[in-house]
Amino acid sequence: MNGVNRALTGAKVLGFGGYQPDRVVTNDDLAKIVDTNDEWIRSRVGIESRRYARDDETVADMAEAAGAKALAASGLEPSEVDLVVVATCSPESPMPNVAATVAYRLGIVAPGAYDLNAACAGFCYGLGAAADSVRAGSARNALVIGAEKMTSWMDYTDRSTCIIFADGAGAAVVGPTADGEPAGIGPTVWGSAGDQAHKIVIPSRTGALTQDGQAVFRWATTALHPVALEACTRAGVTPADITAFVPHQANLRIIEAIARKLGIPRDRVADDIIHTGNTSSASIPLALSRMAEQGRLQPGTPALLLAFGAGLTYASQVITVP
Amino acid sequence: MTDQEILAGLAEIIEEIAGTPADEVAPSANFVDDLDIDSLSMVEIAVAAQDKFGVEIPDEQLKDLKTVQDVVNFVAKSS
Repeated sequence: MNGVNRALTGAKVLGFGGYQPDRVVTNDDLAKIVDTNDEWIRSRVGIESRRYARDDETVADMAEAAGAKALAASGLEPSEVDLVVVATCSPESPMPNVAATVAYRLGIVAPGAYDLNAACAGFCYGLGAAADSVRAGSARNALVIGAEKMTSWMDYTDRSTCIIFADGAGAAVVGPTADGEPAGIGPTVWGSAGDQAHKIVIPSRTGALTQDGQAVFRWATTALHPVALEACTRAGVTPADITAFVPHQANLRIIEAIARKLGIPRDRVADDIIHTGNTSSASIPLALSRMAEQGRLQPGTPALLLAFGAGLTYASQVITVP
Repeated sequence: MTDQEILAGLAEIIEEIAGTPADEVAPSANFVDDLDIDSLSMVEIAVAAQDKFGVEIPDEQLKDLKTVQDVVNFVAKSS
């Protein structure tokens, strides 16, 4: 007799949701505190405005708000969720983790709950881990959240970074496919480049984020489109099949360069960065939520996700739009 | 590859990335002052030049390449 006798199932995204803080910060607002201007920011990174959390608003608060929306969109009860994963690199403190607190607040009773840090790549890492947990039977359904308060880690005299980053959270619920239904989350193609770890860092627990922008730009515009192509291949689709390309919202010029190399037309590409800024691990689910609100997502069709960030880390997968 | 061929190839890259028509790209043109090309566009040009000419232009080298002719010379010397 076999030690384990259980057929693997498939996994799919059941729903997603996003949360943005109320406070809108424009480029003109930033020009009052740091030597910059609207034209410079628009042309370099493509951002027009971004959202900042209140001083008393935590990563867990934002994660909870996004998680509640994703749960509502999925149609599940909290009691049906067995795993909560929060991707974040900007929590207020190392302990306790964010995931257990958020699960408790959402009424999810005693799930597996952990945080993961793959910086801006975190959401696609979490989605891959959640999908694998559902496939393997470790969770019936899983809630994956990317939540960041990046503004806590900025140097507001460094005009190359403080204009880029912002706050927010986005989430997705992952569940099993029905018998005979095709997989709704393709294999995760992921990796890292630790030899370039020094290119994006927060050097201490009270430090601020610094990055070698030119080097990161070169890496992002040359190393990542093959990762996205591999994710397509392993999901059995081609870039021509992709109805929505949702890369990490780091810089509009990186987004457009990668989309060009993949041959994906601009109207299928997420550009949420324009009004959201770079929200690190929250950017992909926030962009998905925005595209859904705008009617730019077609349920049942393949969307390509591509995340990348400090580490350096990267991950990509194709999902079926719920 | 002759300098003329490198210049022609580079002008095509500049047209694609910065929008300046290839036939208006003069060897003496300064990237920042004449072609309105910023540091990130210079990286894009370097990457495209690597694909086209097989010559790697590292980031630390880029700041010294101020004119179109500087890049032509660098590629000619390195290829």
